[in-house]
Amino acid sequence: MSVMALVHRRARPVARRRQHQAAEATVGWLAVSPALILLICLLFGPAAAVILFSFTDWQLGATTFHFVGIENFAALWADPPFWKALVNTCIYVAIVVPGTVGLGLATALLIEASPGLRGFYRAVHFLPVMSTMSAMAVVWGTMLHPSIGLVNRTLATFGLTGINWLRDEHTALLAVALIGIWQGFGFAMVLFVSGLKAVPQQLYDAAAVDGADGLFDRLRIVTLPMLGPVTMFVIVLTASRAFEVFDSVRVLTQGGPNYASEVLLNRLYSESFDYLRTGYGAALTVVYLAIVIALTLAQARFIERRVHYS
Amino acid sequence: MSAHRRRSRVAGRIARHALLVVSAAFALLPFVWMVSLSLKPPDEIFQPDFHLWPKTFHGVENYRVALTAAPMLRFLLNGVFVCAVIFALQLVICVPCAYALAKLRFRGRDTLFSAVLVGLLVPPQALAIPHFVLLYVFGLLDTYAALILPWIISAFGIFLLRQFFRSIPDEIIHAARLDGLGEFEIIWRIMMPMSAPALAAFGIFSVVAHWNDLFWPLIAVRSEDISTPALGILLFRDDEAGQFLGPLMAGATIIVAPLLLAFLFAQRRFIDGLATTAMK
Repeated sequence: MSVMALVHRRARPVARRRQHQAAEATVGWLAVSPALILLICLLFGPAAAVILFSFTDWQLGATTFHFVGIENFAALWADPPFWKALVNTCIYVAIVVPGTVGLGLATALLIEASPGLRGFYRAVHFLPVMSTMSAMAVVWGTMLHPSIGLVNRTLATFGLTGINWLRDEHTALLAVALIGIWQGFGFAMVLFVSGLKAVPQQLYDAAAVDGADGLFDRLRIVTLPMLGPVTMFVIVLTASRAFEVFDSVRVLTQGGPNYASEVLLNRLYSESFDYLRTGYGAALTVVYLAIVIALTLAQARFIERRVHYS
Repeated sequence: MSAHRRRSRVAGRIARHALLVVSAAFALLPFVWMVSLSLKPPDEIFQPDFHLWPKTFHGVENYRVALTAAPMLRFLLNGVFVCAVIFALQLVICVPCAYALAKLRFRGRDTLFSAVLVGLLVPPQALAIPHFVLLYVFGLLDTYAALILPWIISAFGIFLLRQFFRSIPDEIIHAARLDGLGEFEIIWRIMMPMSAPALAAFGIFSVVAHWNDLFWPLIAVRSEDISTPALGILLFRDDEAGQFLGPLMAGATIIVAPLLLAFLFAQRRFIDGLATTAMK
């Protein structure tokens, strides 16, 4: 039938082909118009609005506003909690990324090393990825509770005195980062497993011929170099997700104590919707948007590279 | 194979299980702790010695409190309703657009596709303020519409489906046209069934994201009646009954269970769906 179609089309007079093209264009526009309208109303319009808001002193509910130039950005620059949030978010990413990627890689290698209980382990490690973070953050809150929490109870059996993890300035961010690793490493594991499956068996055979048949030799010579592109991808993906940390902070610490666990999205939420400082919140949003876009573009580049490798 | 070799292989296998049991325990611990506490009476939770299984079983009471003091089941139904409507509308809007971008020739197509790619870059949290204002202006805050409307357009959905539609051979579409099918019939009767794997992947991505989302419901909704699960558990925690850990953990179990059970029933689907959507 496809051959018939080709013959048919070739035999068609020019006028009819033009008519057909016009009809195709009409259908095309008809098909994209709902999406186009919504893209403008719900995505590009609002994105432009945020940038506009960031140059005004508007507050939610107020009927008037003034353009204030870069005043909001200047205030942001001079605002210690903003810097605290930015630095903390970076620290959070710097803890969560190596933790998640390292644990994900280790569990992926172990799970794929032999077939015993493979499906069981994969499912168990993936459960945190599927769980609702706000509910599990509530659970983690009780586990980190100073007196009845599992963590301090365990420390007590070793004769150690635990601390109030979420209320201590030195540990609040660390505790939240631990929860981030807990939730994310199963996902990293799954991505590494798919990377491992793509490593051709011939490479192991060739390495064996060259005398590299021990577990660690195989790992060093074949597996890890072949996982390079996947690893880059997992790192960038984990970093951009970690950058969006919100739920655990909102539920457990609200950014406290004394901004010790404040992160960008929580700052953005508080300024925009707790204090209703829309203009200021919008300026914060613009900064956040710029950072996320930069990270996403980096991610897209790594994906391209990944395709070249495979 | 030498005896030494065989022995080291057995040792390796044991080491593998030993290590994986540790990491599995790390992954499972919060769930075990949650369920354990949800079965205990208050005094046992505060006792200095800890037992996994309660000495006096208080599970029925805890779950009863969780289900009656807060509308837990209502939260779940809200979650199902909101996620289902979001995904249905995403399909109705994204599928024709993705088809046109993949298979039809018309002026402006490439520009529109570039716009979709730019749209992929914008994190949804960055649009919270204007979305909030928009819903406020239309008087839609604190309604189901507030939870649904901002998500019905998905640049990611358009992108993902467009990529998949491109992999379907043109000959199939030509043949369908020769059989007299209109373009929209081709979309719903041929492209949709043929792209089931891509639609399933996008569906899982969409439902998991919106079921678990806290950021937007926290902004858009105040009343318990329309809260989604992620927000509902926090409303329960701030409630009087939620001050007691037993019922609170029972509530958390109820909130977390549906998606985990769905996952356990269709593991491959979920893992493949989320992995492919992550890799785009």
